[in-house]
Amino acid sequence: MSILRLPRFIYDEIRAHGEETYPQECCGALLGHPAAEGWRIVASVRSGNTRTDSAHNRYQIAPVELVHIQRTARRQGAEIAGFYHSHPDHPPQWSPTDFAEAHWLGCSYVITEVAQGKAGRTNSFLLAGTTEEDKHFEDEAIVMDDERIGAPSA
Amino acid sequence: MNILISTPLRPFAGGQHVLQVEAGTVGEAIRALTGAHPELRKHLFTPEGKLRAFVNLYLNEDDVRYLPDRENTRVSAADSLSIIPSIAGGTGHPGGRALIILQPAGEAEIWN
Repeated sequence: MSILRLPRFIYDEIRAHGEETYPQECCGALLGHPAAEGWRIVASVRSGNTRTDSAHNRYQIAPVELVHIQRTARRQGAEIAGFYHSHPDHPPQWSPTDFAEAHWLGCSYVITEVAQGKAGRTNSFLLAGTTEEDKHFEDEAIVMDDERIGAPSA
Repeated sequence: MNILISTPLRPFAGGQHVLQVEAGTVGEAIRALTGAHPELRKHLFTPEGKLRAFVNLYLNEDDVRYLPDRENTRVSAADSLSIIPSIAGGTGHPGGRALIILQPAGEAEIWN
């Protein structure tokens, strides 16, 4: 199982973002560096959810915002390592929609449950595979400041 | 011009973040890129040769799909072309509210 290493302040920031946008989904990007066992995250970037027509159960980051985030990452000597979003009143497991719309192979997808406005469990999934045809999500452990806080199956 | 390679495509572009190509148009730049790194082709195009719907091409700040000349848009050495997959998702769960059904995105019409 791969490991996503998250500083505590980023873990808290993701969850706070989800609470702030509740009952709508929040979303953002994670910047980091590749490590032997997975990504080591150094920064998060809040994004707007362009799915204003259905923001309670969908999210989308504008591609031009991704272009800007990618430039920011490169300026910091990092790269886009993954993304996060919230599941308002829904378990923090990837959904068929999440899977169908996942195209960042090798990147982490962090999902935070927000139940009645309060952040619940936070899970991470690695989009594994080498093509669109064989892509699949794998459970990923989150380690925060060297403290393992669990994996999706835990 | 510079072509900026996003994280998931980097393993198929020699591990490079930025690649330089000589090209007069966006289309020529992409062809130069896939010529140098053939493994990229299947990630950018469908078997029918159309740009995959989730692949976004941005010439500086502009989505190439919406430029008047699209892939025939002229480029200069100072331009940057970003290749960036889309990011979206969500529970998809109606949650007691109206579920809006979207038409599936079709493949892009450029690159025929």
